[in-house]
Amino acid sequence: MLKIGNQTFESHFLLGTGKFPDFKIQKQAVEVSKANILTFALRRMNVFQPDQPNFLEMLDVDKYTLLPNTAGASTAEEAIRTAHLAKSSGLCDMVKVEIIGDARTLLPDPLETYKACEVLLEEGFIVLPYISDDLVLAKRLEVLGVHAVMPGVSPIGSGQGILNPTQLQLIIETINIPVIVDAGIGSPADAALAMSLGADGILLNTAVSGAKDPVKMANAMRLAIQAGRLGYEAGRIDKRENAVPSSPVEGLSVSE
Amino acid sequence: MKVTINGQEVQLPEQVQTISGIRKHFNIEQALTIIEQNKKIVDKNKYDSQALSDGDRIEIVHFVGGG
Repeated sequence: MLKIGNQTFESHFLLGTGKFPDFKIQKQAVEVSKANILTFALRRMNVFQPDQPNFLEMLDVDKYTLLPNTAGASTAEEAIRTAHLAKSSGLCDMVKVEIIGDARTLLPDPLETYKACEVLLEEGFIVLPYISDDLVLAKRLEVLGVHAVMPGVSPIGSGQGILNPTQLQLIIETINIPVIVDAGIGSPADAALAMSLGADGILLNTAVSGAKDPVKMANAMRLAIQAGRLGYEAGRIDKRENAVPSSPVEGLSVSE
Repeated sequence: MKVTINGQEVQLPEQVQTISGIRKHFNIEQALTIIEQNKKIVDKNKYDSQALSDGDRIEIVHFVGGG
């Protein structure tokens, strides 16, 4: 169970909806993922060519919680405007605050992110900021009142996996609101590791949409996230320097 | 009248006088759209009555795939 604000979700898997090869594959991947929360972006509509299909219109939106992002924003003001537009659809009151501060790495701008969160919280949004794996920023945002923090573990879309597991673990151990790993997951192993470290959820997009078989990968990620979570709840053994036999050392039969 | 829609200047036919009129004109009445008029979001319930003026800047946005 994943609790965000006053809402509870069965799945710990949040799926992005960008860059799928086609809508049919995307629809299957979404179904197989069993994700409850789907992210979307807001963009200008091409009204001069209105017949282009739209993925959201193909979905049973009542079955999912929509998490619009503010991607494209580089200031708090732009992010707030996007959040307002998204909320006025009447389809969502959650927002993923994503304010990019560096074009090459797509790393988030911590100051603008903080400012946007402050305003959106006052306005009653459920606020989920995308941040770097910065413990102190996560702490400050928790105090501010955000509903989850979403640290990236390597750059967006890079698929490099968890570059700094210690840093992620520190955030998980310190922060009491949900910690959702938001960027950089490349493989099911990455997702399982993040969850087994105690992450509350995984938000990924490219790792599924860019896979050779996105539908199969959506299933693999679902299982990995579930396995990682179970492993965390079960409590792994401590690491030791030396071997410890698994079989009894007493009563060994010898042929003498 | 002339308005700017998503950054593009458009000459609207005379019968298009409201936000609803724009939606009808561009055949996007069924689409899930969010509309801003001169930087103010237009309430969905007011599409029929929200009058257009010459020079209005209209933004029509929608949800697309994103992560």
